Amino acid sequence: MHAVLRGSAQTLFERSENFFDASFGGADNPLRHLGALGLFCLWILVATGLYLYTVLDTSIEGVYSSIDWLSHEQWYLGGVLRSLHRYASDAFVLVMILHLLREWAYGRYHGFRFYSWITGVPLIWLAYVSGIGGYWITWDRLAQFSAIATTELLDWLPIFSEPSARNFLTPDSISDRFFTVLVFIHIGVPLMLILGLWAHVNRISRVDYLPSRRVMLGTLASFLILAAITPALSDAPADLALVPAEIRLDWFILFLHPLTDITSPAAVWSLIFGATILLFVLPFLPHPAAAPIAVVDPANCNGCSRCHVDCPYEAITMAPHPDKPNHRIAIVDADHCAACGICAGACPSSTPFRSQETLVTGIDMPQQPVDVLRRQLEARVARLSGRTKLVVFGCDKGADVTALNSADTATLSLICTGMLPPSFIEYALRSGVDGIVVTGCRDGGCDFRLGMEWTRERLARSREPRLRSLVPLDRLQLAPASRHDGMQLAAAVSAFRTRLENQTAANTRPPAFSRRKIHHG
Amino acid sequence: MAKPVAIVGQIILYGAFAAFIGYFATAPTYKQIADDVALIKLSMSHLGGRECRKRTPEELAKLPPNMRAPLDCPRGRSDIKLLLELDGKPMFETVMHPTGLSKDGVSTVYKRFEVKAGTYKLAVKMNANLVLNHDFNFVKEAQVTLKPAEILVIDFNPDRGGLFFQSAEKK
Repeated sequence: MHAVLRGSAQTLFERSENFFDASFGGADNPLRHLGALGLFCLWILVATGLYLYTVLDTSIEGVYSSIDWLSHEQWYLGGVLRSLHRYASDAFVLVMILHLLREWAYGRYHGFRFYSWITGVPLIWLAYVSGIGGYWITWDRLAQFSAIATTELLDWLPIFSEPSARNFLTPDSISDRFFTVLVFIHIGVPLMLILGLWAHVNRISRVDYLPSRRVMLGTLASFLILAAITPALSDAPADLALVPAEIRLDWFILFLHPLTDITSPAAVWSLIFGATILLFVLPFLPHPAAAPIAVVDPANCNGCSRCHVDCPYEAITMAPHPDKPNHRIAIVDADHCAACGICAGACPSSTPFRSQETLVTGIDMPQQPVDVLRRQLEARVARLSGRTKLVVFGCDKGADVTALNSADTATLSLICTGMLPPSFIEYALRSGVDGIVVTGCRDGGCDFRLGMEWTRERLARSREPRLRSLVPLDRLQLAPASRHDGMQLAAAVSAFRTRLENQTAANTRPPAFSRRKIHHG
Repeated sequence: MAKPVAIVGQIILYGAFAAFIGYFATAPTYKQIADDVALIKLSMSHLGGRECRKRTPEELAKLPPNMRAPLDCPRGRSDIKLLLELDGKPMFETVMHPTGLSKDGVSTVYKRFEVKAGTYKLAVKMNANLVLNHDFNFVKEAQVTLKPAEILVIDFNPDRGGLFFQSAEKK
């Protein structure tokens, strides 16, 4: 049941992301960068909040009038910043929930991602505490409604000796000190949220603290247009002697209040605690066994640290080599390792041109060693026939490349495309292949975060290990394709083949190469 | 450089995002109570009574000089019985228990009741010491007129004469 639900959600996300790609492209697709987009909203909240704090008067009368003054007297600055503060908070909640659902849908909550998932759960509580408390500071009818509804909900829990809702019983129940404490909480809780976010991203490298510039501009423009069309305004001042009539409710943050009214505090707390426990328990549910992690071969590790630099999860550290004085060796942290193989693709020893009968590299994946890759490549290339022979390197998480297998097309599916050492492309071309197609997840959609990005840079010769200059780029086609892009990939391969066949320029094939013993059966 | 059609797509999708955020940030409006309804909030926090015994001179003499309190009082507090009547009919009845592991804390109640706006005879009766009293030792009765959306608070404060009603017009 859970697997079916998750699979359907994953398909929905994938199709939505592919749809968004048509307009945004992978790098600027907000759906593919929800975490970074959430952080951008948080930075807007921090920046606008600092200004709002400077003008806030925390007396009972002043708190309402000082905020209302912003919207009416200083609408061009304070009013806009107030609107940005409100809409960025709503967007933060929306993006946070989408981020949670997306990571769940893609199954990114167990194994090596356990830590990131678990540290993310308390952040939801902190976000809502910040959001709900923030609405009280305006001390209008909405604030009054939320304050009473929240305290009535809290009073259902056996934590206060006196009902906390008594603090809002009559107009003379609250004092100036209440808003001072409230502002302190509204600053303190977001600081805890930022600290929690630091922990949340602690186990990944090259964190996207901000989305791309285009995404930031697009999001900011959306908020500014909203601020111009429907600026955030206060309701009438709070009056504890009256029940607020019609409330312009923020459904992103305050939806718990009507939910409590139509159900009960017991039902709402059951929902809140139930959902929290479910999120905590989710990683402990039965899952397929984790894939074997990367293994370092001390004899072949030269301590170059390329694997350490390229690892998307900071799973590799460098330590003094036990056998080679003044050398270092890669050490794999089993808890952090995603078993993506990107490290094997980064290792300079992973070149198939080495004459060893059994290719042993510095860091390798037990489930798909580079030696097996070389054997498979040699065997499949040897079987190719036809006018234009192609090899397609793909990725288990992207479009299924095995569907492209034919007499003139050999395929090899890797754990992640980032596992492909560029030397394999040169090796295939020099073994008689006419063209190479490299596919993998779409831009921004790599299941292991950086696989396609590193591949693109390695093939563009801007990242080690680089594709050597003797490899003609016109015989290489990079064609990102997600799980549902099988037909598009087939079309791209077909178009590439046609282009190669129509290519009238001088033969750009690199010099032939034949390893001493090429057939291994 | 993005194609014009892609730019149009981005504008539409960012516009949809903004519209979604903008709409649900304030809409649909929510009504907690109907237009012709007022609210009665019954909220009290009060220490229940306890039965103290006067120490005899002999008992006092045996105590250290600094501990010669004339009364010997148990730590625990009595439950408090509360009855709320609207137009002579019971509306709510409860026995409030003292808080704390030793039952020495305040007894509290917080309830809200929605009633149609109008004029009612409201009575609240409280027995703050079930050990000593069998009848209600605090009673407050009054004719109240509740306007739509008005909140009438029923509270207890010894400094204000015990039970009292407080509405929009501060009393």
